[in-house]
Formats: sequence, structure tokens, C-alpha cells
Amino acid sequence: MNWLIDFFGTAANWSGSDGIPVRILEHLEFSAAAFLIAALIAVPLGLLIGHTGRGGFIVVVTANAARALPTLGLLVLVVLLIGVGTVLPVLIPLVVLAVPPILVNTYEGVRGVDADLRDAAYGMGLRGRQVLFRVLTPSALPLILLGLRLSAIQVVSTASVAAFVGLGGLGRFIIDGLATKTYSDVIGGAVLIALLALAVQLGFTVLDRVVVSPGVRQVR
Amino acid sequence: MNDEPLVRWDWIARNWDNGGPSAIRTLLESHVVMALLPVVFGLLIALPLGVACARWRRLYQPTAGLMNVVYSLPSLVLFSIFLSFTGLTQSTVIIPLTLFTLAILIPAVVDGLGSVPEHVRQSAVAMGFRPLRRLLQVELPVAVPVVLGGLRVATVSSISLVSVGALIGQGGLGNLFIDGWQRQFPTPIVVGIVLIVLFAILSDGLLVLAQRLLTPWSRARRSAA
Repeated sequence: MNWLIDFFGTAANWSGSDGIPVRILEHLEFSAAAFLIAALIAVPLGLLIGHTGRGGFIVVVTANAARALPTLGLLVLVVLLIGVGTVLPVLIPLVVLAVPPILVNTYEGVRGVDADLRDAAYGMGLRGRQVLFRVLTPSALPLILLGLRLSAIQVVSTASVAAFVGLGGLGRFIIDGLATKTYSDVIGGAVLIALLALAVQLGFTVLDRVVVSPGVRQVR
Repeated sequence: MNDEPLVRWDWIARNWDNGGPSAIRTLLESHVVMALLPVVFGLLIALPLGVACARWRRLYQPTAGLMNVVYSLPSLVLFSIFLSFTGLTQSTVIIPLTLFTLAILIPAVVDGLGSVPEHVRQSAVAMGFRPLRRLLQVELPVAVPVVLGGLRVATVSSISLVSVGALIGQGGLGNLFIDGWQRQFPTPIVVGIVLIVLFAILSDGLLVLAQRLLTPWSRARRSAA
């Protein structure tokens, strides 16, 4: 507890370019950028593959491979090969790690829609695209949101590891604190990242309540 | 990275077993221990807890909520917090990874038991199985595919997450990433990534094999159909 008081009670920790508010903003910036890019790639791709049924095997393989890839190793390697200087080398591994959870769950979501429902939609005269956007997507929304949530949490946690290769954000408190053996900073940073991750989790729970059609929720 | 090759094979040969604490073999061994012990502990704890949650449904909501919270915590966060209790020991990595394993396996056990068809349960009752024997000989075996599915996810995640422990000084093969970064030398990083991925694929394959051996009926059914 003393560590928390040391960390949060020190006025200097709250201001300046390495203060808590700036670090939180930095963390959110990188995470949001990587997450949005990943979502823009993975959601359309997942919908397409799920709808056409082509390439499903690739999705499953990608998902398994991505889980085995060590984030820290990928991050360090990419930054080492491309070089620091811009934020791009750090964004690449973040995006690479953020894509699979969204892709898999979007794909599984579309695939898992009741075949009767799909047939009924075609039977009512809807075209392929209309079936996808008016029937399949809303029905798959809970799983798509699950994928987005897992991915967002993954990004927030990997972004904290990225402090090791010189990125700002909340990971800085942990990495710098470990280097200087200032454990109040380590614990304080850890608590802030944990709160951020929980906020993301909570945000998606609320989003789920708001955007998922009540009919779909009932079926679950 | 001018003219430095991605992999220097002679470095690997020299450091595979150089006798020191940074030998690749030593790191691989500690990696295996730190990755697999949490899975074993997690399974041993998750089985009774999962069975309890499946039996007394009221327990499941709070447990699942707690596990959801644990699962959303970044590994670096848990490692840092445990660092102040367990210090620079392997426990600092093993305990948090056990928690992650539990977060995956408890729901898997509950879902697995839930996947046992009601008529199978009733047949067992009608054949005179007492609750404990029914659980051990009928319900758990039927739940194996779902539980093993969770176990595969937990094992592969655990193997890759150990490397983050390198940031707090206990990372098995993850130490190669730190080493490579500090010396701006890609070979150890590539070696670390490749070994971790291979180890993960191997473990996953063994679990798939275990599932085939443990559920011979699923193969029989498929060939009959």
C-alpha cells in the first residue's frame, strides 16, 4: 500500500511530459491507432471469408500461429530491423497481434449463424450482400464484439510491453521503475495499466448491451 | 541493420550449450518448466473448481466474473505485482500464468460438463452409477474434448507468455529477446521466437494426440458415419 501512496501521492508524477496524464494519453493513442487499423483489416476480411466460405482454413491456422508468437520477441525483432525513430515499427507488431482475434471471431460468428436463418433470408429474396449486412452481421455481432474486445485488451497489454523498446505510455513506469529499482513506480504503473484494461473490458460490455439486437441476445 | 545477417549460425552453435546461465539449452529448460508447471497446476485446480461450479450453478457467475477480470490483466502487470511478493524467482512467472490458465480452464470444465447430453446422464443413473462414479466414469470422459480444447489454448498462451517474464528477469527463452535488443543483434531474437513457436506447436500436437487417445469413440463414430 505504501508503494501506491508513494506513487500516486507524489505531485511530480502528475505533471510534465512523463507525468501520469501524458502517459495515459500516449498509451491510448498507440493502442487506439493499432486497434483501429487491425479492426479495419480484420472485420471486413472476416465477414468476407465467413460469407463466401472460402479460406476458412487460413483463418484457423493464423489464429493458432498468432497465439504461439511471443509478443515481446516480435516487437523487439521488428523494431530492431526497421529501426526506431517513427512510431511505425511499433505499430506493425501491435497490428499483427491485434488482427487474429478479430478475424477468427468475426469468421466464426458469420459461420455460426443458423443455416435456416440464412436460407430464410435468401428465400425472402435478399441478395448476397443484403443477407450479409442485414442478417449475418447483426446475428454475428456478439462474437464480433468478443473478438474486438479480446484484441483491444491484447493491444493495451502489448503496448505496455512496448515501453521496453522505447515507446512512451504506461509501460514506461514499469520498465523504468524496474531499471532504477523504484518499486513504487512499478506497482503504480501496473495498477494504472490494469485499470485501463478493466476500463476497456467494461466499455465493451456496455457496447455489447447497446448495439446487439435484443432478439439476438435472447437466442443466446 | 546494414549488413548484419538475420541469423548467425555459428553464434547458435557456440551458445547452444556453453555451460553458462545464458546457454540456449539452459534457457529452453527453464522455459519449459515455467510454461508447463502453470498448466499442470491450473488443470489440477480447475477440475475440482469447475466440477463445483457446474454442480452449484450459483458459484459460477462470481467465479466467471473474477476469471474474466484476471484474464483481461496484462501479463506484465501481474508479473510486476507478484515481483514485490515473490521476488526474482520462477514463482513470479508461474503463479500469474497459473491464474491465466485457471481463467481459461474453469469455463472450459463447466462448458464441458454442460455438453454432456441429458440422456447420457440419465442412462448412467438408470444403470446404477452413484454421483461420484458417474462423474469420473461418464461425465468427465464425455467432457474431455471441450476441456482439452481449453487446455490447448492455455498451454500455447502460457508458452508464449513466459517470454514477457524476461522483463522482470525470469523469462526463459525471452531472455534472448532482451539480449538481442541490448546488443542490437538479431540472431538471439530469431532463435527465441523460433524455439518458442516450435515448442508451442509440439505441445499442441501432443495434446491433439492425447485427445484422440482419450476419446476413441469420437473416431469410431466418424468412421461409422
